[in-house]
Amino acid sequence: MNMEKRKPSKRKLKVEMQQQEIEVRIRNFNEVPFGYSEEQAIEEAKRCLQCKKPKCVEGCPVDVDIPAFIKLIEDGKFDKAAKKIKEKNSLPAICGRVCPQEDQCEKVCILGRKKEFEPVAIGRLERFAADWEAEHGTVKVPNTPPPTGKKVAVVGSGPAGLTCAFDLVKMGHQITLFESLHKAGGVLVYGIPEFRLPKKIVQREVDYIRSLGVNLRVNSLIGKLYTIDELKGKYDAIFLGTGAGLPMFLGIPGENYNGVYSANEFLTRSNLMKAYLFPEWDTPIKRGKKVAVVGGGNVAMDSARTALRLGADEVYLVYRRSEKEMPARIEEIERAKEEGIKFMILSNPVEVIGENGWVKALKCIKMELGEPDESGRRRPIPIPGSEFMFDIDLFIVAIGTRPNPLISQTTPALKTTKWGTIVVQEDVPKTSLDGVYAGGDIVTGAATVILAMGAGKEAAKAIDEYLKKK
Amino acid sequence: MYEIVRREVLAEDSDLFEIYAPEIAKKAKAGQFVIIRINETGERIPLTLADFDAKKGTITLVALRVGKTTHLLGTLKAGDEILDVVGPLGNPTEIDNYGRVICVGGGLGIATIITICKALKDAGNYVIGIIGARTKDLLIYEDKLRGICNELHISTDDGSYGHHGFVTDVLKKLLDEGDTIDIIWAIGPAIMMKFVCKTTESYKIKTIVSLNPIMVDGTGMCGACRVEVDGKTKFTCVHGPEFDGHKVNWDLLLSRQQMYLNSEKLSFNKFKEKIRG
Ligand SMILES: Cc1cc2nc3c(=O)[nH]c(=O)nc-3n(C[C@H](O)[C@H](O)[C@H](O)COP(=O)(O)OP(=O)(O)OC[C@H]3O[C@@H](n4cnc5c(N)ncnc54)[C@H](O)[C@@H]3O)c2cc1C
Ligand SMILES: Cc1cc2nc3c(=O)[nH]c(=O)nc-3n(C[C@H](O)[C@H](O)[C@H](O)COP(=O)(O)OP(=O)(O)OC[C@H]3O[C@@H](n4cnc5c(N)ncnc54)[C@H](O)[C@@H]3O)c2cc1C
Ligand code: FES
Repeated sequence: MNMEKRKPSKRKLKVEMQQQEIEVRIRNFNEVPFGYSEEQAIEEAKRCLQCKKPKCVEGCPVDVDIPAFIKLIEDGKFDKAAKKIKEKNSLPAICGRVCPQEDQCEKVCILGRKKEFEPVAIGRLERFAADWEAEHGTVKVPNTPPPTGKKVAVVGSGPAGLTCAFDLVKMGHQITLFESLHKAGGVLVYGIPEFRLPKKIVQREVDYIRSLGVNLRVNSLIGKLYTIDELKGKYDAIFLGTGAGLPMFLGIPGENYNGVYSANEFLTRSNLMKAYLFPEWDTPIKRGKKVAVVGGGNVAMDSARTALRLGADEVYLVYRRSEKEMPARIEEIERAKEEGIKFMILSNPVEVIGENGWVKALKCIKMELGEPDESGRRRPIPIPGSEFMFDIDLFIVAIGTRPNPLISQTTPALKTTKWGTIVVQEDVPKTSLDGVYAGGDIVTGAATVILAMGAGKEAAKAIDEYLKKK
Repeated sequence: MYEIVRREVLAEDSDLFEIYAPEIAKKAKAGQFVIIRINETGERIPLTLADFDAKKGTITLVALRVGKTTHLLGTLKAGDEILDVVGPLGNPTEIDNYGRVICVGGGLGIATIITICKALKDAGNYVIGIIGARTKDLLIYEDKLRGICNELHISTDDGSYGHHGFVTDVLKKLLDEGDTIDIIWAIGPAIMMKFVCKTTESYKIKTIVSLNPIMVDGTGMCGACRVEVDGKTKFTCVHGPEFDGHKVNWDLLLSRQQMYLNSEKLSFNKFKEKIRG
């Protein structure tokens, strides 16, 4: 062991992560970045200041002990590093890839505050440790305590449901995980594309959770197959993690022409149903040559980049504010631009023009920014008379999603907000029904993977306490 | 995995499958449907519940062989398994004692209309069935319907059996004869439902139809199944599948059903080549 006092490296910028060449990647669905090698990871880990009072941990919604796992990487103890992360975060291979680190841990990294310095690449290191463990490490099945004899139904297998099921099964409860689709993973399998999050990683996590004894029941649409009341009769507690999967449309004329998709449909066809492999796989998808996507979030970026990979010549991203206000991760915006997606900012669609039942052109209006609105972002205002039109053959609407009303409609006693999200108490994620808890996008509206996981974790704790008292 | 316990060939191009799915069978109601995916590379397709038996734990589906997936389904036998079946989906038919009811079933819609006729009859209605097909051999379930309906009228496009012509001719004749009809159900190909609605509109009799747009998930998360009813966009899988037929934008439905015509052809041809070997 080197007993000299540790000195962080003086490197100003993050160690670069190799990625697929742009010209190549825009025509395939393989993951874009390759991830760090062991040497690169160690070199990056050396940049960490190992702060006594680390800010990064505060920036992490699930309090991962970031300096500790980075130190383990620096010392070459990759397996231990992964285990350290997993004490707090059960899905590091996923979070390392899709978390908005620039708004969380890396945003507050002390190193990043120094002039000309980039923060430590915490996300890349997290991904490295998790991938290393999956490839070489020991996947340890945790010792579960003796069965408590209590049964819990977890509804929805997105990050919230998966995390909640994982934590509860580790506490000795018997878990049934209900999922309406034929595959578990929620947005991780149907929404986020393969080139950003390979599906085998999600499958690995789902398999792991099942190996712990969680009974996964796919093809089970709660609200239809069983109502919440019926589940209450069979289970001691229920967690609702059904996400916000109902797509919104613009409500403009022509939106139902062929060739107009919600982002959810476009991405579900491509990701869940593997339409990019048509006709080897049976589900078809429209491959557009000139494509417009409306929206400015991750979902819009994913749709645009998917359309490109399906063979588009030109893809326009239409967004009503300026680039600064885009809710997408900076990394995703940059990748989209690199790949040649054309940003048409301060523009808003007003009409879809069709011909013989198919979309033919998009009519937009120019916008300018006014005073800040409730979200703190400057409100976009249409400029009268500034309409313009351009030809397209595919139009994807990615302006957001809302909670699916299926469960609330069949459970009148369940309190919801006017946006359809489920109301939970401030201190515990408990709904208006006894023994029924909720978390993730179904409570917050569309948010992030890590927040959904955090909510699943918190709910597991609350459910465990509830069951102890029961 | 969902086991096929019985398979029958009903007519030239239609197959019946009784599938073991006890949880769905227990919950199913007239008018609802399921979505199936035959195998890992398969697409998700919706099929109406033609019957369900909670005691036996089975559901019955009737599929018309039109393209790749329904033909692939047609190759399956009793004892084979279907990878995914999800349901029951959609809202059940609103069954009530309406009085005198006409149920029109066209082609494959005949299988679907049976459960509705049965439920309406059980609720005390006088049920008049009208079924039609291209030709006699395609008429399915005549006997079964005779046992349920108070009256059954039949038409074939080619005149090989019953009235020579369309179901709409029979319907019009009944409506002209003047007995009051309180409500009508029409289920079949979109084009048939459209013309039934055109016929009944002038008589101002409420006509319920079951729409069949292209679907993916069937749970309200994609919007593939959107249709226009009363000028508003609706998701068939969650708001329907039954709607007031006089308010449906039929041309939109018909056009949206054609969205993947080229891909469907490609997929089907590939399948046929493979079968031929
Ligand atoms: C295209 C896209 C890209 C994204 N990119 C990012 C990103 O880069 N980083 C990030 O942090 N976040 C991203 N997000 C957001 C993130 O994915 C979500 O916030 C997160 O998945 C929410 O998790 P959840 O568990 O609450 O719900 P979901 O992931 O939506 O899972 C809910 C699950 O419940 C199932 N379900 C719904 N209703 C029922 C029912 N009645 N019965 C049974 N099952 C039901 C659904 O089928 C689904 O599987 C993205 C979202 C999308 C759509
Ligand atoms: C609510 C509902 C209930 C239905 N019930 C029945 C039924 O009981 N029996 C039956 O035979 N058919 C039913 N259908 C239609 C059936 O789903 C289609 O015939 C089937 O999907 C065709 O698939 P294919 O691959 O064999 O043919 P393809 O060649 O792929 O398609 C032929 C036509 O079927 C339609 N179609 C294709 N894919 C889908 C899809 N994923 N979803 C819906 N329609 C599609 C399209 O209009 C297409 O032009 C129903 C449809 C809906 C929406
Ligand atoms: S089929 Fe996807 S919303 Fe109806």
